[in-house]
Amino acid sequence: MFTILANNWSTLLSGLGYTLMASLIALVGSLVIGTLFALMEISAHRWVAVIGRVYVEVVRNIPLLVITMAFYVIVPTYFVQIDGFTAGTIGLTIYTSAFIAETVRAGIESVAVGQMEGARSVGMTYTQAMVQIIFPQAIKIVIPPLGNQFINLVKNSSILAFVAGFDLMYQGKIIANTTFNTFDTYLAVGLLYLILTMPLSYFMRHLEKKWNVA
Amino acid sequence: MSMIEFHDVEKYYGKFHALKDINLTIDRGEVVTVIGPSGSGKSTLLRTINGLERVQSGQLIVNDFDLADKKTDMNRIRKNVGMVFQHFNLYANKTVMDNITLGPTLVLKRNKEEAHEQALKLLDQVGLRDKADSYPSALSGGQKQRIAIARSLAMNPKALLFDEPTSALDPETIGDVLDVMKDIAQQGMTMVVVTHEMGFARHVGDRIVFMADGEILEDATDVGAFFDHPKEPRAQEFLSKIINH
Repeated sequence: MFTILANNWSTLLSGLGYTLMASLIALVGSLVIGTLFALMEISAHRWVAVIGRVYVEVVRNIPLLVITMAFYVIVPTYFVQIDGFTAGTIGLTIYTSAFIAETVRAGIESVAVGQMEGARSVGMTYTQAMVQIIFPQAIKIVIPPLGNQFINLVKNSSILAFVAGFDLMYQGKIIANTTFNTFDTYLAVGLLYLILTMPLSYFMRHLEKKWNVA
Repeated sequence: MSMIEFHDVEKYYGKFHALKDINLTIDRGEVVTVIGPSGSGKSTLLRTINGLERVQSGQLIVNDFDLADKKTDMNRIRKNVGMVFQHFNLYANKTVMDNITLGPTLVLKRNKEEAHEQALKLLDQVGLRDKADSYPSALSGGQKQRIAIARSLAMNPKALLFDEPTSALDPETIGDVLDVMKDIAQQGMTMVVVTHEMGFARHVGDRIVFMADGEILEDATDVGAFFDHPKEPRAQEFLSKIINH
């Protein structure tokens, strides 16, 4: 394994970089989109809620690979030229956003109804009540399951290998194909994924502790 | 001058007829207690007054705004009509001080120092100044309810609604809450109180409304006479059940 690492470190490092970049973009993107759809799902306007619900149901019930391939094949064919990295990152973002929407929605709904009524009863608007009272309580509840989603996201970023996204998995595949040392290569790749996910996991636990004080 | 007027108000939850032909006018400064068996629509009636529940037909005028009109801005009503809930509904993520000052600063745009000053006065009034920096989870039920009352008063409301404010409390803490409510009533606040505290209804209320099955069956300004000789059989039955235990 160490020979693999020593001989291919620059390739693996570049793969790690692409994986990290795709993960970060998808993490921020899916958090924003997911939260947006969560808010739609709980909307009092029936049609807004239906759109939110349909999005979540459709997206989370299609395999990640299919969503990613759709972006890789359909978008360039009918719309604009995008590379594998872009298609993979968009696919990953969309796919993860559906799970994040469900997580965030559950978090918001687990905050007691009375909290919203208390806030509205002093004349706060829906948005003010959400920002001041509901979100700060929901976030504490949501952190642990959100951590799971983020870790899944990093691992799922290996989907980029299927669409030539130059990520860690993609580079690993190439190294394995050229050196024929499949076992050691994937062992090294696995280790490098751990380097990404372990700190993330630790960070989420840290947040969980920090925000549980109040 | 009237503060709250119900004219032929009807309220449905789906097919369930929750409020039936409600006609009720409450004057400024009046303290009205609403009693009745559970499921009689008391809480629903109360919750329509600050727009937490919408009514389907009739007219509901609160502080000169018609709540049955969909165009009415509910937030404007709620600035003027406070509500105290059975389960307090204090903001769990905010300290007692922030619970009280959030409405005035955010909704009424008062400056922070002013709101803080006023909050301290209100905390004195409810006897909990030393709890200003506590979180609600560290308070007893009775303390929470007194803070919730202080929170409502901080908005300088024209009327206060109480939805079974002592029903979730331990018996020994009920007295403190009722004392605070009595105090507010004596200062001339318009109050509508849904309650099972017959002592409060009898001695503090100016008027009593008895509800059953979504209807107002009795509406009496002679509170003593109502308790001694209720006219409606349903009210007789209700009172005999409560008082004989």
